[in-house]
Amino acid sequence: MNARSISISFTTVTKNVKKSLTLLLVLLFPLLAQAQLEIEIISGNASALPIAIVPFAWEEAGPAPNPGVAEIVSNDLYRSGLFDPMDVADMPDRPSDEESIRFGTWRLLKVDYVAVGRVRATADGQGHELIYQLLDVHTGDRLLSQITTVGEGDLRFGAHRVADAIYEALTGVPGAFSTRIAYITSTGLGSDQRYELVVADADGFSPQSVVGSPEPLLSPAWSPDGRKLAYVSFEKGNSAIYSQDVSTGARDLVSSGRGINGAPAFSPDGTKLAMTLSRSGNPEIWIRDLVNGGETQLTNHWAIDTEAVWSPDGRTIYFTSDRGGKPQIYSVPSTGGNAQRVTLSGDNNARASVAPDGKRIAVAQGRGNEYRIAVWDTETQRSTILTPGKLDESPSFAPNGSMVLYATREGTRGVLSAVSADGNVRQRLILSEGDVREPAWSPVIR
Amino acid sequence: MNTALRLAMAVFFAMAIAACSSKPKTVDETVTVDETVTDDVVVVDAAPDPHDYTDARNFDNPSSLLSKRVVYFDFDKSSVKPEYRGIVSAHAAYLAANSSGRVTLEGHTDERGTREYNLGLGERRGNSVMGLMSAQGARGNQLVVVSYGEERPVCRVSDEACWAENRRVEIVYTAR
Repeated sequence: MNARSISISFTTVTKNVKKSLTLLLVLLFPLLAQAQLEIEIISGNASALPIAIVPFAWEEAGPAPNPGVAEIVSNDLYRSGLFDPMDVADMPDRPSDEESIRFGTWRLLKVDYVAVGRVRATADGQGHELIYQLLDVHTGDRLLSQITTVGEGDLRFGAHRVADAIYEALTGVPGAFSTRIAYITSTGLGSDQRYELVVADADGFSPQSVVGSPEPLLSPAWSPDGRKLAYVSFEKGNSAIYSQDVSTGARDLVSSGRGINGAPAFSPDGTKLAMTLSRSGNPEIWIRDLVNGGETQLTNHWAIDTEAVWSPDGRTIYFTSDRGGKPQIYSVPSTGGNAQRVTLSGDNNARASVAPDGKRIAVAQGRGNEYRIAVWDTETQRSTILTPGKLDESPSFAPNGSMVLYATREGTRGVLSAVSADGNVRQRLILSEGDVREPAWSPVIR
Repeated sequence: MNTALRLAMAVFFAMAIAACSSKPKTVDETVTVDETVTDDVVVVDAAPDPHDYTDARNFDNPSSLLSKRVVYFDFDKSSVKPEYRGIVSAHAAYLAANSSGRVTLEGHTDERGTREYNLGLGERRGNSVMGLMSAQGARGNQLVVVSYGEERPVCRVSDEACWAENRRVEIVYTAR
């Protein structure tokens, strides 16, 4: 069932970068015919930094790509909510190097930062060099001057790398635009229902089906090197855990015992996999050593213990348990020991995602029939609600901690949304037909 | 032999016996003859006793509990409610009497709560039905629990009526 496919073409309709950024991709997808993934900003940030990413000069043979590098960079920065990129149509001129910038003019247009650059072929002709500078319009200081080299088919990836560098230079936090997201789609009804595990760029482009099945797929989890995805498939008639190489499609059956085989989570060093097994009669957290195959049982309680995730240092496992009556997040040393309750507010809390700082934990927080994404701060012992609900679930922190991707409902279908970690900016990713659910943000891929 | 022919022959023989009798008919004799005839007809033609849960024909008999194969639950609960215990008992009785019978108990939940937690909850519901069936004579090798959590809803609207339909255990026979 290793149905892998590559998106063959897409069209981009970028109306106005400022207010109604809408990326519409039409995919030619063998298994997901005519699926469209649309990204739009629901709410923005008034204090966003004004910046101009001037179109990069195209110095290679053949026509310049559309969208160009600068447009991709602008869209990335806009989606973060921290930047307000200028429309190309409003730019007074289009310098492609530092010397040609007339700072006075940009200052009059109330732009704080300007980035200029060009794209040329590498010496061996096998790739692209993106040569660019970032400047402070007010002081004339050069904040960034870099050459980013990428392979022939990786120009979009190169543009995301440029956006990452600009984001880091101006915020002090590494960007996460060159990362990827995995998610599950469900299309059709009844006997025509079909599930896909899909991997796409963080901006929703270039979706690739990793695996497809007429039986449910769920709980995708990235390996720390971003090369593999562990997930749960019902293709054998019961839940089973697989680990699959995203680029080659090669996969291993990790667990298919009696009862539940669910909620896989790779350790930060990639040598272990936490998972939920009910072989003992009810769901418990187990750790599989991926090097020697050994298994240890981490929890032992009549309650439902599931949804294990690792702290960034690998020492702690956070998991969901209803041992106190309702689901809450608990922690346990990853080498074994007593479980401690972590979330202390909210009627119930489940499905933890730990921020890279190890201090903030995103959860699906339930109250009555409403489920919202909240962030629990382990130091202040307080939770902040980030989303409006009503059925928000599956939070996944960006690898730089800046945003949380999650699943929500619109009417009767599932869509993905992302919210900034401060709750100020939200955006959504919609599949034109069927459900999108269970997003998992990849680690930074170097 | 086809039913009409059997019926015709039965009636013919009954009449023949009655006609051959030189004595005035007694109630006893008539009853004896009629019973023989009627038994033959019932096995072939009439509905089975709906309360006979060992009879596989009741799977398709709307007036028998064996035809009902879904047990519904309250939110976040896994105990079998009194109104569904009869259904569970009927299937337990069938399995106890038919050792070749095999059942998969598919546990399902509504969409509220997280997907992996709901896998656990669906399994709890399946285990709860399995426990009752085992206590009433079904054997361990006849029962398997598979939890689908919230992945296979029968209704997709986010309201209580729909959620109630989705919180269920389906009793699925893989062999009778």
